[in-house]
Parts: sequence; structure tokens; C-alpha cells
Amino acid sequence: MSSPALVRHPEDSMPATTAIAEAGSVPAAAPPPSFGTLALRWYRLNRGGLGAMAIGILSLLAFLLVWHLLTTYRVVFFVRFTNVPSPLAVYASFTKAIHDPKFLMHIVLSCRRILIGFSLAAIVGVPLGLIMGRFKLVHEIIFPVAEVLRPIPAIAWVPMAIMLWPTNEQSIVFITFLGSFFPILVNTLHGMTLVDPVLVRAAQCLGARERSIFREVYFPASLPHIFTGLTVGMGVAWVSLIAAEMISGQYGIGYFTWEAYSLVQYADIALGMIAIGVLGLGSSLLIRGAGQLVMPWRSR
Amino acid sequence: MNEILTKSPQGHIEVRNFSLSYDSIEGPVQAVTDTQIHVRPGEFVSIVGPSGCGKSTLLNAVAGFLKPTTGIVTVDGERVNGPSAERGMVFQQYSLFPWKTVRENVEFGLKMRGMPRSQRERAARTLLGLAGLEAFEKHYPEKLSGGMKQRVGIVRALATGPKVLLLDEPFGALDAQTRVIMQQILTNMWQRLKISVLFVTHDIDEAIFLSDRVYCMTARPGSIKAEIPIPLERPRQQSMMMSSEFLALRRGLMSLIREESLKAMGGEINDMGLQGLNIELHGHSLADVI
Ligand SMILES: Nc1ncnc2c1ncn2[C@@H]1O[C@H](COP(=O)(O)OP(=O)(O)OP(=O)(O)O)[C@@H](O)[C@H]1O
Ligand SMILES: [Mg+2]
Repeated sequence: MSSPALVRHPEDSMPATTAIAEAGSVPAAAPPPSFGTLALRWYRLNRGGLGAMAIGILSLLAFLLVWHLLTTYRVVFFVRFTNVPSPLAVYASFTKAIHDPKFLMHIVLSCRRILIGFSLAAIVGVPLGLIMGRFKLVHEIIFPVAEVLRPIPAIAWVPMAIMLWPTNEQSIVFITFLGSFFPILVNTLHGMTLVDPVLVRAAQCLGARERSIFREVYFPASLPHIFTGLTVGMGVAWVSLIAAEMISGQYGIGYFTWEAYSLVQYADIALGMIAIGVLGLGSSLLIRGAGQLVMPWRSR
Repeated sequence: MNEILTKSPQGHIEVRNFSLSYDSIEGPVQAVTDTQIHVRPGEFVSIVGPSGCGKSTLLNAVAGFLKPTTGIVTVDGERVNGPSAERGMVFQQYSLFPWKTVRENVEFGLKMRGMPRSQRERAARTLLGLAGLEAFEKHYPEKLSGGMKQRVGIVRALATGPKVLLLDEPFGALDAQTRVIMQQILTNMWQRLKISVLFVTHDIDEAIFLSDRVYCMTARPGSIKAEIPIPLERPRQQSMMMSSEFLALRRGLMSLIREESLKAMGGEINDMGLQGLNIELHGHSLADVI
């Protein structure tokens, strides 16, 4: 019937027969497959992932091995491994540390600072970004100030923070806040500018008013970018926290690492570093998990 | 539900002395000028015309997204000044909310109206059933084919029981077979709901097959070049597209559009030589191909 010139994007459509079949019926229930076939299917579907995991474990083991060899033979080749602790020494100090309430207190304190600083940054940054994206005047007022302050690294704020806040604890939390605030704000704002105007129109002619459009269109449409901001912000929060703890702290995992150097506890330096890495990884995994929970439509 | 399905016909669209120009750096761009159209309650009217002649502009003004520069748009005597749920709209780009499931998309208009959850769930299910989509209610739009997405788009626009349905090249991105099915579905829904439809398309066959009346627009600045009643009986069958009556209408519309398309394309085409072009197109108008 229709002229042949009309076939424009055949790839994103379906043949007529399937359309009719879909329209007609709900897929019929097949007999439940046995455990064996299920396991086999699971294996086929996840073969790629399992392979990647195996390679990942092997490469971590190789890393440990190289570390071990470099330190046991005290290699000096441009860099000096003479004083670097071996993996076994670090493991020994790890087993000691997990029974040491002081070490646990350092970790708990760092986590608390991250939790407060980062949460404050998210609680202020996300709504501010959303409002700046929606109301031009707010954007015009706040954006220039944000642009001037943004390039200043959080660490450069340390002296200022010490002057501003009465306690050390508050100034460290403030540094952590600053580090994560700007990535969160900027990404939220970016997400707002990318919202598809056709979706806003669609909502409008379904009867949505300003508030509903904000809640039902702008906010969910920006969520992927908000979560990008939270992930980046969490990374910068750790960077800022560790630096602040090393400079002005009395407690915290950054302070622990620096103190280990002063006290010539070389194994503890590596232990502190690994603890920081694990905590950073854990917190970004938490955010990714939260993202999948909040945005079910984006999980493949 | 019943309230939606058995409403008495209303939705009289009138566009009078309409013109609209866009502001741009080079000064105002006159998109549509001196246009009068109307759609009677329950009527199916299409607008065809060369690319860029202002079809979308006109439709968006009826929807309330654009304000006319001069003239007035009314629906049932009430002046249009802003989008509203009374005028449902279907977009070429589907424009489903990716973060809502198929059913939540359909429920959206009812939710905005404050209908309680259980009630709107039931209404959405019934409507999805009519479009053969009940099995997909929990899917996210991303997973659907183009034809299914557009069915959801139509159902969503109809869910609130609008007086008129506006469609801007809704099937433009679909392949020929899917298009035919979608045309049938749209016709069925329109006949059931007895609402007025204003339909913008590039496809002359589609316009004739679906409509009671077709407006043909001139090249930019667009205005109405001709108004063609389509007296084909209903219900319409695919086989009618071979009838001499249909073909005569098609020939008439094509020559109207060809004239305008050539005007719209201006000098470029003349340089290439019209003779060769006509042979290459095998009798299809430029508007068909573009
Ligand atoms: N925002 C705008 N600013 C300036 N000019 C515009 C704007 N929107 C559209 N136009 C111009 O107005 C004219 C009409 O546009 P419109 O989109 O209504 O045409 P159309 O008939 O829907 O075209 P198509 O068939 O390609 O969809 C076009 O020439 C276009 O270039
Ligand atoms: Mg258009």
C-alpha cells in the first residue's frame, strides 16, 4: 500500500506479524525448567562476567607477588624499596590493628566526617542545582560566585577553615563538604540543562503544573547526572578529608597514616593507605547501589 | 472508564486569521500566515504540506505551546492560552517518560488530575488492553519497539479523555508495515471515543486513508492552499487504496504538494534539472521522498 519511500528507520520497529501476536496474548507459561538447565543458562549468560572476575583476581595476585618480590629483595631501581614494608608485614600489622580500638576509632571518625560533610553537600548541592536549573534569576545570582570558588581546591581552604570554625573537627568536616559540594552542584545543574523539552511539553498537555513537572519530569530526568555528581563528589570528599586530616587532624585514618610515618611504623603507612582505598571503594559502591535502587529503569 | 468512552462528541477547533512569526537574529521569521482551519466535533482532519511549511507550528499553537502573532485559536468557543489536558498530544519522538513504566506513563494524566491510585491503575489497564499492550504494562519504554512506544503515546494522550487529539507526524519514524497497523489502531480508537483529531503528516496516502478532510498548506510562510474533503466510506479497508476514487484524490493532492515542494526548494532543484528528477521519483511527489 504505502509508498516505498516511507521506509525510513526500519531498524527501530517491528514486523507486522509480531505486532499482532503481541497484541493478542500473554506469553504462555512453560513447564518450570530443572535446576540443571537453570544453572547451565546462568553460566551461559554470565560467562563473560565470570571470565572478567577470574582475570581480576589473577591480576590482583600478580600485584601482590610483584610487591612481595620487590620488597623482599629490597630492589633499588630509581625508586627505593629498601624501607617499603612487604605484604606479609602489612598483613601482620593489619591483624594487630583490627583488635586495636584506637585504629578502629580512626576509621570510625573518618567515616563520620565523610558522612556529615558529604551528606550536607548533597542536601545543599542537589536542591540548589535543581533550583538554579529551573529559575534563571537564581542561576544568574549564584553561578558567578560558584564559578569563582569552584577552582579553589578544598585543601587550599585549610587555613581559612581553621580560622572560620571554632573546632578542628568542624573545620575538617567543612573541608570535606567543600570538596564534594561543587561536583554535586555542577552535575545536577548540567542534568537540568539536558532535560528534553518535549517531555516537559508532554507533561504539560497531560495537565501537569509547575510543581508536578518539577517533581515528575525535571527531577527524574536529572537523576543520572545527580548520581554522577554524587560519585565524583564522594571521591573528592575522601581526597579532601585525608589531606585535611594529615595537615590539621588529631584523629582519622589520614592522621593515622601520617603519624605512622613520624613514628617510623612503615607497615602502618601501607595499612593506612589500603584502608583509605577500601573505604573509598566501599563508599562509591554504596552510591552506585543507591543509584540502581533509585533508577530501576536504567538497569539493563 | 465508561465516562471516558461514552462522552458526547465535542471538541470544535477553530483557528481564525492565524499567523505566527518566530523571533530570530535576522528578524522575525514568518512561519504561518493568514490561516483559517476548523475541525468539527468528532471529525478527523489532516494537514499536509511541504517540509518547513509550518505544520508543526500550527499544531503547537492549537496545543497551546505557542501564542499566535495574530488571530485566535478556540476549542468549543474557549480561547486557547496554554497547554491543557483537554487537548491531548502525540509527538513524533514518542516522548514517553523513560523513568515510568508503560502503565505509569498512561496513568500520568489521571494522576495529575488527582485520581486515586487504585482507580487510575484500573483505568490504565483497561486502556492498555484496548491497544493490546496489557502484557507490557510493567516494562520501561526503552525496552519497547517504536510501534509499541507510539501506541503507549496515543493511549497516554487519550487516558484523560481529551476533547481533541493532536498528532504531529506520529508514525513518521515507523516502517511501512507498522505504520499500517498503527493507522488501524488510531482509527479504531478515534471511532470508539468520538473525539476530534488534528493530524499532521508528510504521507499523502496516510492523510487520505485516515481523514474526513485534508488541508494542504503552501510553502513557507504557510497558509491553506486547498481543503479537500475525503468522501470515502467508513470503515475503510486497505483495499480501498487501490480504488479509482482513492487514486484520484491522491493524484490531486500530490500535484498540489509537488507545486509547493518545488517552490520550497527554490533554485536548487531547477539547477539539477526537473526532467531527470521526475523520472527518478517514479511518480512520487517530492514531499513523499523528503
Ligand atoms: N524556533 C524557531 N525559530 C525560528 N524559526 C523557526 C523556529 N521553529 C520553526 N521555525 C521555522 O518556521 C518554519 C515552520 O516550521 P515548522 O516546524 O512548523 O514546519 P513543519 O511544516 O512542521 O516542517 P516539517 O515538515 O519539517 O516538520 C520552518 O521554516 C522553520 O525553519
Ligand atoms: Mg514538523
